[in-house]
Amino acid sequence: MALTTAEILNIAKLARLHVEESELADYQQDLSAILGFVEQMEQVNVDGVEPMAHPQDMSQSLREDVVTESDQRERFQSIAPATANGLYLVPKVIE
Amino acid sequence: MHNLTLAQQLQALAAGEFSSVELTQHYINRIESHQDSLNAFITFTPERALEEAQKADQRSTDKPLLNGIPLALKDIFCTQGVKTSCASKMLDNFIAPYDATVVTKLQQAGAVSLGKTNMDEFAMGSSSESSYYGDVKNPWDLSRVPGGSSGGSAVAVSARLASASMGTDTGGSIRQPAAFCGITGLKPTYGRVSRYGMIAYASSLDQAGPFGVSALDCAYLLQATAGHDAKDSTSVDQPVDEYTANINEDIRGLRIGLPEEFFQEGLDADIRAKIDAACDQLRELGCVIKPISLPNAKLAIAAYYVIAPAECSSNLSRFDGVRFGYRCEDPVDLADLYSRSRSEAFGPEVKRRIMVGAYALSAGYYDAYYLRAQKIRRLISEDYQKAFTEVDVVLSPTTPTTAFKTNEKVDDPITMYLSDIYTIGVNLAGLPGISIPVGFSQKLPVGMQMVSTYFAEDTLLRIAHQFQQHTDWHLQTPAEFE
Repeated sequence: MALTTAEILNIAKLARLHVEESELADYQQDLSAILGFVEQMEQVNVDGVEPMAHPQDMSQSLREDVVTESDQRERFQSIAPATANGLYLVPKVIE
Repeated sequence: MHNLTLAQQLQALAAGEFSSVELTQHYINRIESHQDSLNAFITFTPERALEEAQKADQRSTDKPLLNGIPLALKDIFCTQGVKTSCASKMLDNFIAPYDATVVTKLQQAGAVSLGKTNMDEFAMGSSSESSYYGDVKNPWDLSRVPGGSSGGSAVAVSARLASASMGTDTGGSIRQPAAFCGITGLKPTYGRVSRYGMIAYASSLDQAGPFGVSALDCAYLLQATAGHDAKDSTSVDQPVDEYTANINEDIRGLRIGLPEEFFQEGLDADIRAKIDAACDQLRELGCVIKPISLPNAKLAIAAYYVIAPAECSSNLSRFDGVRFGYRCEDPVDLADLYSRSRSEAFGPEVKRRIMVGAYALSAGYYDAYYLRAQKIRRLISEDYQKAFTEVDVVLSPTTPTTAFKTNEKVDDPITMYLSDIYTIGVNLAGLPGISIPVGFSQKLPVGMQMVSTYFAEDTLLRIAHQFQQHTDWHLQTPAEFE
């Protein structure tokens, strides 16, 4: 399963990771090897098998739709890199 | 004091032979002496530990289960007001604003917290070599790895730097380091222990569990931490057994299965010999041993290395330089903020797994990779369920080798992945598993794994306890740490 550099760059974009030119070859090699390795999964017939997402097939437990949390914005924002007026600061998005 | 088991320490504390402050100070001294050579800790909290120890000593009545016992916690559990780094540059500046449920429960049990232990970055690894804070060393041989990802927690017990410790296990990260370090480690059933406040790697596989000198010690920690938690919607509302009270219940007649797939030609002869000897001991204790088959076991590693990276790519998307953790300098725009913050702060293995995961979940590949892996997961789980109609416990070596040398496997991710062969299917199936020491091969510990069906941790603990009443592998410590 040999990945092209274009594919590596596309995956990086999906994952919001930056890949330097110098790193491309290593990623190609490692990811191709890993994806090649997992191709063993083709060996078995999985027709009619239900996928398993939770070990005991539990589904989401529900609760009453009432407010149980308190406003702790200051506490949680105190560890943020940049805030102002209770908002998180990021580089400008809208032109 | 450090050569007593946790159970013995509880008795000694109750009898007034020493105080929690004395015990805690003793461990503090040992941690200080050995931190440079072992690198087991990321954050050491001696003042806080002594304060908690004093409080424990002052409790005269209604002493909780672990009153005054000094513990170490893998740096993956959020500890309020204390740095919680997950061994990553991404969280090097992160002071957790709240406590994980495991932490709260241990506090309520009266335990003392010595500090946060070193690990593989974001729990991704089998050697504790990928930490931002440097490698952890194996006390049995400082040129070798302690295993991972919970290496620091395993070393804390193996080198007697704490009475016991907590780790996490997603593909073997408690059991494998327990085997490499010659101690007992337990991964509970998925959903047995709350994951609230435990930094997520693969949400359908992660589980917190104890390391101890003995199975009984692990039983104490499991007793204190197990139970339903409304804040973790994957935690199961199942009553918590009296693991410590019931540990002496009879094991005669319990049926143990040896999967033929795990005992083939390639298995190291010396490890095989130790497992065979342990099986003889179990037969003497009244257990019945028979061959079984887990036909899809060979696909477990492949399925895991699709599912776990897929889930990690989702879980680690929260690290974006916006609300907490590392932020790159002078981001040009939002895309730059995200990609540079993440790339500058995540290590290579973490980035590899995020990329594999993103690929496996992407349009056009989801069915071939992620969905197929989830189907194989069901087949593996069904293999175990079928086995449990014939036996009570599935037994195998914990690892194919003893502890390997530092840097031996870092260049080839797949070689590292293959060391998880016996442990990984257990996480896919969500079953409980324990590793106990059963001997040495060329002076390095050999571990044996036992797996039982859902919520049957008591079966594992009882068998392990009886084995440990008749053998003393679990009491061995490396000479320098006696």
